[in-house]
This record gives sequence, C-alpha cells and structure tokens, in this order.
Amino acid sequence: MGRYVVRRLIQMVPVFVGATLLIFLMVNVMGDPVAGLCGERRCDPATAARLEQEFGLDEPVWRQYLTYMGNVFTGDFGTAFNGQEVTELMATAFPVTIRLTLIAILFEVVVGIALGVVTGLRRGRPVDTGVLLFTLVVVSVPTFVTGLLLQLLLGVEWGWIRPSVSSGAPFDELILPGLVLASVSLAYVTRLTRTSIAENRRSDYVRTAVAKGLPHRRVVVRHLLRNSLIPVVTFIGADIGFLMGGAIVTERIFNIHGVGYQLYQGILRQNTQTVVGFVTVLVLVFLVANLVVDLLYAVLDPRIRYA
Amino acid sequence: MRGATHARRAVCAVAAVLAAAACEAEASGGGDAGAVLSASWGDPQNPLEPANTNEVQGGKVLDMVFRGLKRYDPVTGEAKDMLAERIETSDSRNFTVTVKDGWTFSNGEKVTARSFVDAWNYGASLRNNQRNAYFFGYIKGYDQVHPEEGEQTADTLSGLKVTGERTFTVELAQKFSTFPDTLGYNAFAPLPRAFFDDHDAWVRKPVGNGPYLVDSYTRGSQMSLRTWNDYPGPDKARNGGVDLKVYTDANTAYTDLMAGNLDLADDIPAAQLKNVRSDLGDRYLNTPAGILQTLAFPYYDDAWNKPGSEKVRTGLSMAIDRKQITDTIFQRTRTPATDWTSPVLGEDGGYRAGLCGDACAYRPDEAKRLIREGGGLPGGKVTITFNADTGSHREWVNAVCNSINNALDDEHACTADPVGTFADFRGRITDRKMTGLFRAGWQMDYPLIQNFLQPLYYTGASSNDGMWSNERFDGLVDRANQETDDAKAVGLFQQAEEVVRDDMAAIPLWYQNGSAGWSERLSDVRLNPFSVPVYDQIKVG
Repeated sequence: MGRYVVRRLIQMVPVFVGATLLIFLMVNVMGDPVAGLCGERRCDPATAARLEQEFGLDEPVWRQYLTYMGNVFTGDFGTAFNGQEVTELMATAFPVTIRLTLIAILFEVVVGIALGVVTGLRRGRPVDTGVLLFTLVVVSVPTFVTGLLLQLLLGVEWGWIRPSVSSGAPFDELILPGLVLASVSLAYVTRLTRTSIAENRRSDYVRTAVAKGLPHRRVVVRHLLRNSLIPVVTFIGADIGFLMGGAIVTERIFNIHGVGYQLYQGILRQNTQTVVGFVTVLVLVFLVANLVVDLLYAVLDPRIRYA
Repeated sequence: MRGATHARRAVCAVAAVLAAAACEAEASGGGDAGAVLSASWGDPQNPLEPANTNEVQGGKVLDMVFRGLKRYDPVTGEAKDMLAERIETSDSRNFTVTVKDGWTFSNGEKVTARSFVDAWNYGASLRNNQRNAYFFGYIKGYDQVHPEEGEQTADTLSGLKVTGERTFTVELAQKFSTFPDTLGYNAFAPLPRAFFDDHDAWVRKPVGNGPYLVDSYTRGSQMSLRTWNDYPGPDKARNGGVDLKVYTDANTAYTDLMAGNLDLADDIPAAQLKNVRSDLGDRYLNTPAGILQTLAFPYYDDAWNKPGSEKVRTGLSMAIDRKQITDTIFQRTRTPATDWTSPVLGEDGGYRAGLCGDACAYRPDEAKRLIREGGGLPGGKVTITFNADTGSHREWVNAVCNSINNALDDEHACTADPVGTFADFRGRITDRKMTGLFRAGWQMDYPLIQNFLQPLYYTGASSNDGMWSNERFDGLVDRANQETDDAKAVGLFQQAEEVVRDDMAAIPLWYQNGSAGWSERLSDVRLNPFSVPVYDQIKVG
C-alpha cells in the first residue's frame, strides 16, 4: 500500500510538469499581455518596457517557465496585473469554490445515490421511468439555462433567495448554485448507480445474503450498494476537479467570486501569473482526487489489493 | 435601511396631526442623508492610484475619493474650479496655480501646493510604472523623467515649482492654452504624504480629499464608501455612502436590480435593452457620453495610403447605414455620428453636428462610385478586425459588413475578422499588423475638442493607431493650442477636423450613450459625461 502510494506520487511529477508547461505555453501564445493594460490606447513604450520587465515578460518563454516553477516551489505564485499577489487571490477564491464544490458533491452523493438505489431496486416501475426521464431532461439542458431559469424564478419572480451570492459566500447562499453546478453530474450519478445496482442484484452474493436471512436493509446497504459503488466513486472523484475548475459558468451567473471568476478574469486580461497559478493548483487537486479514488477501491472491494 | 424609512414614515404619520409641515419639509428635501446605496462595479484592472487608473471602474472610486484643481460639471461637462482658487497665465505656457485654503485630506493633512507637485512628479516618473504618465507629457522636463527608452535622468519635472504653501508654477514644454481645463482629469489629483510613506497600506485603503471615505475594501468583491462628514467642499454627498459590489456579468447585476438586491446598475447589458423600459419605467437613464466609436485604417500599409484611397475610405463611410444599425442593434443607445467629437462637448466646446456631411450619410450609389474612382477596395475586399471578448462587438461589425456588402452589391466585399482577446487585439495594433479596417473606440479623458483630435490624429500621437499623418492637420492643431482665445482655438480645431473629414482619416460610426437603471429607493440619479454615475448627488429613500 505505502509503496503504491509513493509510486503514484512519483508518477504525478511528469504529469504536473507537462500540464503546467502546456498551460504556460498556451497563455503565452495568446499574445502580448502588456498591450491590453493601457485601455484603448498604446502604452507608451518606456512604461510598456518597464511593465514587461517587472512581470518578467522580456525573457524567453523557457526562462520564464523555469523562473516561474522555481518560484512556485517556494510558494511564490507571482503578482497579478492589478498588483495583488496570486496567493492572495487564491486565499480568497479557493475557500469559496471549495464550499461550492462541497455542496455540489453532497447533492451528488446524497440525492444521486439515493435516487440510483431506489430506481435500481424498482426497475421498470413508474418511479424508475419517471426518474430516468427527469435525468434525461437534466442532462440535455445546458447548465447556464438551468442556472438562469432557477435564478429568475426563485430570485426575481418568487423572491425566495437572493439572485446573486454576497461577497462572503456563506453556505446557505450557495445551496442553489451548488445544486445547479451538481445537476448534470447528479443525473449521471443516478444513472450509474441504478445500472450498477440493477446488475448486482442478481449476483450470487446477494442471493446468498438473502438466503442467509439477513434483513433487507443490510443486504442492500452492506452487500449490494458497497459493491455497486466502484464506478460511481470513480465518477465522483474525477468530478471534484471538474467542478472546481469548471464552475466558470455557474460562478458567473450567480456572481460568485471563486476560482472560475479569477480564471475568467485572468484569461480576459491575459494574466499569465493568475491563470497558470490557478490551473497548477487545479491540476494538483485533480491528481490527488484520482489517487484517493484509487485507494477507495480497496476499501470498497476487499478483493482489490495494492502492492 | 428600508425598515428605518418605513419606521420614520410611520412616525411622520403620527406626528402629522401635530406638525405636518416638519415632515413634509423633510420628505420634499429628499431622502435619508444617512442611507447607504449599493451600486454595481467591476474589478479595477490596475492598482487604484490616480495616475494609474485608465478605465471607468477605477475611475468611479477616484471620482468619489478625490477632488482635483478642476472638476467637470456633471451636466455641462464644463471645467470648473474646485480646489483651484485661480490659475493664471500670460503666455499660455507658464501657469501660476493657487490652491484654495481650508481643504484637507480625510486623514487631517492639509492639501497644499506640495500635495499636487509631489503627486504629479510621482505620476510622471518612469520608475513608478504609471499607465497615465503621458498626461504629464506637456510639462517641461517630462522627457528626462520619462524618456522613451533608457533610464530616467531626473526624478522630478523641472517645469513644476512650489513657490508658496498654496501656490506653484507649471511650465509647459510648448504653448497649450486649454491646459487648465485638462486638470479635472483624475491623474492630476493631489496625494497625501501617506501615499508615499506607506504605499502598500494606502493602495489597500486609499485616502483622498473627496466627499467619500473608503470604509473597507475587499479586493475583487466589494468596496464600502461612507460620506465624509467633515468634507470641506461644496458638493457634499447627499447620501450616507455607497457600497460598490463587483459583478462579473452585467446581466447578474441587472437581475439583482430587478430582485431589489441592488440599487444602481450602470451599464445595462445589451440583451436587456429591449425590455428595460417596461422593467424600470422612468428609473432608467440613457444619456450621451464622451465616447465615439470609429473604424481606423492602417496607413502603414501602402494599399491604404496612396493617391485616391481617400475616395475609397469616404466611399466605405457612405456605405454604412448608421441609423439602421443604431436603431436595431443598439436600440438607440447609440446615435449615428456626424462629426469626430461628441455631443457632450456642446456647441461652444466644439461639437458640430453635421460637420461630416454627406460623407457620413448612407449613400450606397455614391459609395460605389467613389470606391470605383479611387481604384477599388485593396485586393477587392476589406476586413474589419475587432476583439470578440467584450462589448458585444461582433453584432455590429457583422451589421457594418452587411451594410457595405449590400451597398456594393458584393457578398464578399467585407468580412469580420475577430481576435480572441482585447490584449491580443491591442498587441496586433501596437505591432502594426493590421491589414484592413479595425475597431477604434475613444473615451475622452477630458471634455475638450483637443482630446478628440490631437491624441488620435496628430503625427506620432499616443493613440494614433493607424499612423495617419497630415501636415495641414498638425499645423492647425499647433496653432489652436497656442491660441489664447477659447472660441478661436475651437474654430481652429474644427478646421483641423475638416482636414480629417476630407481625408477620411477614420470613419466615425456612432456616439455612445451611458446607461443606468436604479431601484425605487433612489432619486436624482445622473451620469456625468464620462458615463460615471454622479454618486454624491443621489438621494436615497
């Protein structure tokens, strides 16, 4: 187990370097960021040169990358164009996005799996068909439509919630954005769980458990569900990284100042430091989430062993 | 706050029997002077220093926190004395400035001549990377403090001298008669010592001499400004303060306004223009701002800079149906341009409706003829380059191209050429990579006709992106700047503008309006000529 983890951690190094390098190059290919700093007019050449020097843009790209990575390992992610440290931006953005992601994951796990179990056990009944239809609708409607629609209905028409999230972004204001963010994944989780449960219901170990006279609840939760969760856990694990970085649309609709907002702003202003910094952290989150998922397999299915 | 208003109304109702007049007087006086309003905002692009802020979002804050020597009247745009007691000159080149007595910064420090001179020296110095440094370019010694390349050889502008506690002199590098009228721009604001002594702390929480204090500032999300009760100026705020909230998307701000979550949203999104009247009724404002949209040409490309190509350019201008585009795409929030300035200047300031004449009218047949006479479009077709990331430019560029194609009866005469980001777009312009027409927008820095012409069309000027050059134009501008009589100066600038017209240096498209919508709590909402809400005049309740 320990050796497995170490091996996986070492494997992360090339993935990490490759991903950050790619992002770094992509942002650089977009053109000269200083040109956008002076509004609709040309920066005067002297100031432009000074700014380029200050942000290290006057050096060749490979040098910029090496300097940047060197700084990252000492915890210095550079400075954004508005003079703020990128670490400061992260300190304000990540807690918000983590709260949002937690709520989204919670919805996926609780609602998604519950619906999956119910439909999986009642295959072909009206409940199953109804939920299937509902998930089909959710999957096919884009997030921004669901988001804007719910915002308009709940926020403006009925006045149940505030249409936008305040700058502190407490948990209760994030419930609706979290639900919107989770909606598509939630539908997938439901469908995955349903299929998996329906398949395993007919397996030998379930029949044995029932024959032993175990209570129904114990059969479902301990035997059936636990064995059916492996594909679901894989999906949710991969989803964590996706939710954190891919919340740009949801964060824009509800005016949440999280990671998506910073990334969007960074891309518009062509701010290499912000974009690369945030993506670097997201890459790390993704890698760690994947490792945790792999380790969870062993917990769920004792037949799986890592050496 | 709403609760408080209700409560007071109730009290008034009870008291009405006893002394109706008192409550009435207060009600007609308008609103609760202590009430705070919330307004939409965007994250400022640069650090909030006066000489470093060149966009409207940072400008909103500076407009509340600072007062300069001059201030532009929110209605007429005229430059009026604010901190300046008098600005005297005999030769349009040497100015003596006297600062009014009794002004202080909100931290108690007196505003003196030095507060200005130090601030201007800071703004001009190359070392400080100030985006607006070129504003000090008229002052003598700028080329030593801010050389084109290499290290600076002086720390302070030699043209600035403190001569007394409240007086200082300004020597310009050349004659510039309307220089005092430029001093209302934010870059010329005074700065307290705290700015220089603990710069980081100041940027985190700016201290100025305006009607509002910065109460708290959470970067990237919110700034709370409160009325400064001891503000010595004549334009004391009529509300308790303003909470500026950062919105990533103007649509969300609009939704929040509809839900009663926000009091003031400026910049109504294009998508909502159709229903804004029915949503807000008379709580919506749409007034001209000092913004002109044009299409510029790359004069560094020989195809656009040969004898006869002025006919092609004029022809293209005549092929654009401005009225139809502003009516349908912009819902009349923009007005077809008929000169190269802006209506906010007023007739006296140099705006002349119809100066462009037929060249800006939709004349498809004439357009076809002129382009043919001028040798046709270079390579048989043109492109219009624009940035696709902000400002919904794609819609109108497509419409302009359609209009040109229809006028010329050629489906392929004009095509849109989008560039991904604004920074990339600006980069290509700076590197002179444009081959066809490109979008050019100009938001005035100060309401002077000079500002609409010199920076854009003077040979080698800071925003002359197309590198247009014309000796006659340059000569007229030089003469206008030396002219001490304002009316004569304006006349000369208008003559220069006619040169721009005859050569069609850039195609004027439309004057842009500023827009704002507000909640029922507010009254007296106005936008100044820079399309910034005049926060201090807004009444709440």
